Amino acid sequence: MNAPADVITDAVGTSRPRLEGPEKVSGRARYAADHPMHDLAFGVVVTSPVARGRIRDIDASAVLTMPGVLGVLDHRNAPRLDPQASGFFGPDGSMQLLQSDSIPHAGRAVALVVAQTPHEAQAAADALAVTCDAHPHDTTFTADHPAGRAALTVLGEDANVGDVDAELASSPVVVDERYFTPEEHCSAMEPHAATAWWDGGRLQAFDSNQGAFDVARTLASLFSLELDQVRVRSEHVGGGFGSKGLLGPQLILATMGSMAFGRPVRVTLTRRQVFLMIGMRPATEQRVRLGADTDGSLRAIDHQAAFEISPLAEWVENCPEGSKVLYATRAIRTRITAVPLDLTPPGPMRGPGLTPGSFALESAMDELAERLGIDPLELRLRNEPAVGPVSGLPYGSRNLAACLREGARRFGWHSRDPRPRRRREGHLLVGTGLAATAFGSSAFPSTASITAETDGSYTVRIAASDIGTGSRTALVAIAAEALRVGTERIRIRIADSDLGPAWSASGSRGTPSWAWAINEAATRLREQPHDPTRPVTVTVDTAELFTGRFVREVHAYSAIFAEVTVDPATGEVRTRRLLGMFAIGRVVNPLLARSQVIGGMIMGLGMALHEEGVRDPVSGRQVNADFAGYHIPAHADVPDIEADFVPEYEPDEPSGVKGAGEIGTVGTAAAIANAVWHATGLRHRVLPIRLDRVVEEMA
Amino acid sequence: MNDDGRSDISLRVNDVTHGLNVDNRTTLLDALRDALDLTGSKKGCDRGQCGACTVLLDGRRVVSCLTLAVAAEGTEITTVEGLAPDGELRPLQRAFIQLDGFQCGYCTSGQLCSAVGMLAEHAAGWPSAATVDVSADASAQELDAVEVRERMSGNLCRCGAYPSIVRAVLETADQQAVTR
Repeated sequence: MNAPADVITDAVGTSRPRLEGPEKVSGRARYAADHPMHDLAFGVVVTSPVARGRIRDIDASAVLTMPGVLGVLDHRNAPRLDPQASGFFGPDGSMQLLQSDSIPHAGRAVALVVAQTPHEAQAAADALAVTCDAHPHDTTFTADHPAGRAALTVLGEDANVGDVDAELASSPVVVDERYFTPEEHCSAMEPHAATAWWDGGRLQAFDSNQGAFDVARTLASLFSLELDQVRVRSEHVGGGFGSKGLLGPQLILATMGSMAFGRPVRVTLTRRQVFLMIGMRPATEQRVRLGADTDGSLRAIDHQAAFEISPLAEWVENCPEGSKVLYATRAIRTRITAVPLDLTPPGPMRGPGLTPGSFALESAMDELAERLGIDPLELRLRNEPAVGPVSGLPYGSRNLAACLREGARRFGWHSRDPRPRRRREGHLLVGTGLAATAFGSSAFPSTASITAETDGSYTVRIAASDIGTGSRTALVAIAAEALRVGTERIRIRIADSDLGPAWSASGSRGTPSWAWAINEAATRLREQPHDPTRPVTVTVDTAELFTGRFVREVHAYSAIFAEVTVDPATGEVRTRRLLGMFAIGRVVNPLLARSQVIGGMIMGLGMALHEEGVRDPVSGRQVNADFAGYHIPAHADVPDIEADFVPEYEPDEPSGVKGAGEIGTVGTAAAIANAVWHATGLRHRVLPIRLDRVVEEMA
Repeated sequence: MNDDGRSDISLRVNDVTHGLNVDNRTTLLDALRDALDLTGSKKGCDRGQCGACTVLLDGRRVVSCLTLAVAAEGTEITTVEGLAPDGELRPLQRAFIQLDGFQCGYCTSGQLCSAVGMLAEHAAGWPSAATVDVSADASAQELDAVEVRERMSGNLCRCGAYPSIVRAVLETADQQAVTR
């Protein structure tokens, strides 16, 4: 439970405000679209008017005479891109912008208009005549769609443990239900923006992304450049949540503009374009079957998930991941089906796969508890596994039971009447619910340099990203501990691809991965004799140490508790209390970690009650592509939220830490849905739990 | 206004007067960001839906993306850069740092300007939808978390820093009440 005995500083484990706080509260922090630049031109993206088809003509003649217009790029004159450039899982057609006359989905970029000022570019983009032939499209997702096929297994093979059918047949209590989640959007407050220019023979960019090195590498590959010809910087990023994990259209198009017009070009997506062009969490449909003995022992978990995909790029919404590690059971079967449709390629959104998967599994567990007449908390405790039920591997630190017990104590769970629709306050129905989660953790290779300066300070360089995660501040603490000095002696530089290969701020693997490289560099620096009158630098790339073998099941865990009120007349659900207990290894900075998991829970609250990308099947377009139509939680939706951590140290992970970025989101929707059931006696298996759905069920 | 659809205007921003020649369609947000290099105000949606561009006009909060620059002439404009003109952060800004009232920081300028305006509105006795007795002077009624959440709901934060923002605003309100 404790850090190694030779840790002598209090750098890790102490709450400290963010290093960049003064810049952020005074408006001085410059994001990708904020850097002043000489001779800057502005590109505005023109998007497809149809959901599938072919561009017949783009007539730029009228536009080219408009004030300030420098030119129009489309598939006929844009720089050629390497079609093999890779996204998350192989070649990614979403990056092949302005390469052909084919239109694969609504909102696809078909042209870039570049002008002297943003207004001139926008006016010209509005005036650009684009003629298309519309082809039939299909954007309607169903799990039994004839085009459905098995998803890639790159994130893990399907589970086939025991005989699921036999166990279900002999289980005295069975739950067999379907759960539905809609398209959801990361909706980071900063729209994707990039500024690109050429400096000598080098492509330079300020870009809004989650990993400057990964983006630079992909950019080089896409434009057939050498890696050292590309430099991407992303000092401040206005949120990502997965949506900025890949090389985005803003930087591809800004780069094209800078090549075509020989001057710096800035491309900022509009909010609407972010909704239409950036990968969303795909809609899912899941069937979960649970079988149990009357004492609550699970006999079988069968988790079959389907999600929508685009033919342009592979994606895996790995919904059943939690079903492979959370509970002991004799038999587990998981399947994932991908349904190709004419959509923007879906992508990662906070807790991809696990988040919709947890809604299904943890709702089903609540339904099982109801049918068994066992407390939902007790049901989970009774099914704690000794080893990974699919992998057979031993667990690393696993404190799910501690999260459940401590959370229950603080929440006052034990005074709960398990029967639904028993608690009323005036005209409101009141209910409580919980969910348990696991989120995989590991460390991936990164490069860190540490310089021992002659004044006794240290400079740490690593291409980490701080997208609001607090990594700048956390890594200073980790470096201070590794170097056995106070944090005031550490300077840090991040978010610059020139600092070398590094994992991005994604997969909840940022801090463990960057901590690993910093720890290795610090160790070698401390062991290396050197002359204190000269600066000395040690650089370590942990790729040389990475085996890719995992010998234990290492996950972060949480238990989420929710209390809701439901107005039976209006259908309004309000989250009145939300409490999360987390086991995330050692907590580097409790102030910042608490903010991060609370923010995750609020995103889960949005998923439960508000968020739904609505697609019109006739046009194939999202009809609510703005914040007036796509509702994310606002101040008034969010109660005071309690989040805390059980003491933990993960010996298999650098600095004893596990990832914290996504686990807050994962279990919250199920906890709220289960609370709505407890309040009303009615199950909501379709998200979000909208007013009309509540009213219809109550009627 | 000139015949070419442009106007010569003067904008007084953070106690400094700037002469500008702007396209009449230019929003105040674009004038601040593009002409004056005051990029603290952010463009999160450009439709008045997110609040990241909130600034103060004569002390009242407005979304600068829905305000024309030409219409802001003759007002005292305060942006986030003007909240600490001499470089010393004001208590609200310090509370945001100490209580971690932001993560990515992109909505923060708007949250801060909105909070300054909101505290002034409450102090001036303006009720909100959450005010229990709207017939009375709202400044006499306690500013609690429910009031702050209601009054700040025009400022979206996707990182979900809401609970910390509310605490920072309430702490600042308490300090102001003490000093009044």
